[in-house]
Amino acid sequence: MENRLIVSSSPHLHKGESVSRIMWMVAISLLPAGVAGVVIFGLNALWVSILAVITALATEGILQVLTKRKVSILDGSAFVTGLLLAYNLPPNVPIWLPVIGSFFAIAVGKQVFGGLGQNIFNPALVGRVFLMASWPKYMTAFSRPLNYDALTSATPLASLKEGKILENISYLDLFLGKRGGCIGEVCILALLLGAAFLLIRGYISWHIPATYIASTAILTYIFGPRGLFSGDWLFHILSGGLILGAFFMATDYVTSPLTRKGQIIFGIGCGLLTAIIRLWGGYPEGASYAILMMNAATPIIDRYTKNRVYGTRPL
Amino acid sequence: MKKLLNEFLKGIIRENPTFVLVLGLCPTLAVSVSIINGIGMGIAATFVLLGSNIIISLIKRIVPDRIRIPCFIVVIATFVTIVEMTMKAYSPALNRALGIYVPLIVVNCMVLGRAEAYAQRATVVNALFDGLGMGIGFTLALILISAIREFFGSGQILGQTLFKGFEPASIFAMPSGALLVIGLLLGFFNLLKNRKAQ
Repeated sequence: MENRLIVSSSPHLHKGESVSRIMWMVAISLLPAGVAGVVIFGLNALWVSILAVITALATEGILQVLTKRKVSILDGSAFVTGLLLAYNLPPNVPIWLPVIGSFFAIAVGKQVFGGLGQNIFNPALVGRVFLMASWPKYMTAFSRPLNYDALTSATPLASLKEGKILENISYLDLFLGKRGGCIGEVCILALLLGAAFLLIRGYISWHIPATYIASTAILTYIFGPRGLFSGDWLFHILSGGLILGAFFMATDYVTSPLTRKGQIIFGIGCGLLTAIIRLWGGYPEGASYAILMMNAATPIIDRYTKNRVYGTRPL
Repeated sequence: MKKLLNEFLKGIIRENPTFVLVLGLCPTLAVSVSIINGIGMGIAATFVLLGSNIIISLIKRIVPDRIRIPCFIVVIATFVTIVEMTMKAYSPALNRALGIYVPLIVVNCMVLGRAEAYAQRATVVNALFDGLGMGIGFTLALILISAIREFFGSGQILGQTLFKGFEPASIFAMPSGALLVIGLLLGFFNLLKNRKAQ
């Protein structure tokens, strides 16, 4: 009778979510973009994705055994990292490239820091920039979509950078992914499907993606090629890795700020950096570098946007 | 004798200037692109360290405490000038490869660090062995780092291509690769040390 009233500390309500469940949900939300990538670029895109995922899982498991930590390859995080890395690769890379990239992403991007939740940078992007710095000739050789001839072609952003007049590519083509690019970034429709799923289920909030995309759009509109306020902002949103980055990589729980205010600062920072790199930088696309730089700024953003504890003085 | 051996050996592993004291990273990052460069820089720094340690230990009683750093720098700069002129005369290619980093040995914190932390209080013989050990430890660290960077960054060891069809990762030949290799090696050695301590 005396045990009828048990008071435990909060939280008292549990949603039934876990890190692992969220990770698998993110993995599911990424699938449409992958399917679209395989349809657009052919089977090689599938092999690249599978190899990247298998290597990510294997690397995670082996390193956890070697460092005598709990093996957690089924929590979905390594799966998502491998998949995201593959989505950031051109479809016709040599098959050892995703293997090395995935290994580097998990080993140096994540496990060196102590595993899930400890890493400073988004592991998939660490893998991508490592490959980009190491084998630029493979990382920038984009093949055309299957329904054109199978020659290599530049991405729309690369053509823009070189000052070429864009071969009549319509917004609809860009939206559906009929363009050169990385496996998972081309089909905006599929990416938005996955993103909508995450947003509706509440796994990500709108703060980072919305501010990220909006600030890129505004900056590329203002500083257009023919003077101020002449930029093709819709083109900039639909091309490159902006959508993939904004919804699936900038929103990574581990490497983005905790508070809403911080997330808005983070999103704007990503957007500014992406636009600056695209407009004035050496590379045609800057989404991955922008997100990594803002990852580095995340601890300081968190520090200055800490929520005030009720009843205490403002910071 | 055993004590001298200890002075000599401590610089190689226990107090390795690169991996334990983490001194002299600027030349380490800059020149460790190839093993030849690493050895060249290692020998140059060892010579300077040896010379400056001996002289500073000799003049320790006559150097006023307040101006000791300028005095040390003059001594170090003398030896660096000797090294640079010798290198220019006998190995101009190496001198070109190492570039500004040879004269910069003057401000190498490892050389000044040993003068400040050790040689100005040690006997000449002790300072000699300390300088030799530290120099060799620095050289070995440079060889290790530059071997990794040369192999992965250009697919070569000592200028010889090892495997056909091996595609080198150019990041290791870049400054970012140097930071990466040094960071990972530091972490690895700390891991070993922690394991041993447990």
